[in-house]
Amino acid sequence: MSTSKPSPLTPTELVDEYFIENRNRLLELAAFLDRVDRAGGEASANDFRMQVFREGVAALAGTGADRLHRIQMLLSDPTHEPLPALDRKGAVGAYDKSKVARR
Amino acid sequence: MKYIDHHAHMVSRTTDDYAQMALTGCLAVTEPTFWAGWDRSTVDGMEDYFRQLTGFEPKRAAQYGIAHYTWLGMNPKESDNRELSRQVLDRLPGWLEKPTVLGVGEIGLNRVTRNEIATFTEQVAMAEALRQLVLIHTPHLEDKHKGTKWTVDVLQRHAGLAPGRVLVDHAEEHTIEMILDNGFWAGLTLYPQTKVSAQRAVDMLERYGADRILVAGACDWGPSEPVAVPKFVMEMRRRKHPESFIQRVVLENPIRFLSQSPKFTVPAGTEEATPTSIG
Repeated sequence: MSTSKPSPLTPTELVDEYFIENRNRLLELAAFLDRVDRAGGEASANDFRMQVFREGVAALAGTGADRLHRIQMLLSDPTHEPLPALDRKGAVGAYDKSKVARR
Repeated sequence: MKYIDHHAHMVSRTTDDYAQMALTGCLAVTEPTFWAGWDRSTVDGMEDYFRQLTGFEPKRAAQYGIAHYTWLGMNPKESDNRELSRQVLDRLPGWLEKPTVLGVGEIGLNRVTRNEIATFTEQVAMAEALRQLVLIHTPHLEDKHKGTKWTVDVLQRHAGLAPGRVLVDHAEEHTIEMILDNGFWAGLTLYPQTKVSAQRAVDMLERYGADRILVAGACDWGPSEPVAVPKFVMEMRRRKHPESFIQRVVLENPIRFLSQSPKFTVPAGTEEATPTSIG
């Protein structure tokens, strides 16, 4: 494994430099969830993408410096078996966990 | 700062983009074959694309002082088509001999189907037999982790292919360790929404160091940036990383990986960054 090269910036400097743009990202997340709710949030409650999205938002509130890795894995296909045939050309951004339950 | 973009689909870009890249210090691009957004219907159509990559595109790049190299193969998004894949692979060895072809790529998996794995395995075997460098695409979004695991599994079955001659591209936080730990090069591609941002790329360099890591823009026909690498340089400077560390990532590392092909010429004026002088 390569040798790490930690950020030259101190924690305070990182917050000074990046707080405003990440404040904006936080508000954008909240606005998206509010928008979905206003449009009839109950309908999206069963959407597998929004289910894992909410799990990801909960992971954001966790501790430790591996939040991003945990969210990546929440969104990932956990299976190993290849698809027997091509179902569609592209990925959709989240894995439908109900597929695992149906197997 | 001078840089090399190892992954740019310039056939989808305008000459203005070449100009922007030249103005921001780009010395060379390497362009892997990819999906055009629609499926080709014949092997002849695929060969026309190879002709564009090996003939027309280097001339277009040269007008802006940029060296153009390419990687040829059956791209992942069309590789589920076994019949077309076999036809392409039958004709591929002759194309690999062209003077600007650095190796086989971008090959790999898309939705991780049985057919895609079969085509990928055949291309890895061809690269091993013909002693080619390899540039590998890993799937996007929810398919990336599973697809990267399969990629590593297939590569490990080909002992004649040295890991240091393989670049596994589109690495992210949940796949980079399995790529580096197995001796491969990892590519970070800067692409809005579906790959990594400049900030996350810098995070990974801070976590894992610069050994065997490359950074590219991966610009193509989708929303993407031909000058993503210089914007990444700006982000490295924003984090106060020294110029020597930045140069290692965007210039010395690409030279080190690409120079494993005798067809790659170190850009004039960067001799100090050749593999003999970097650790």
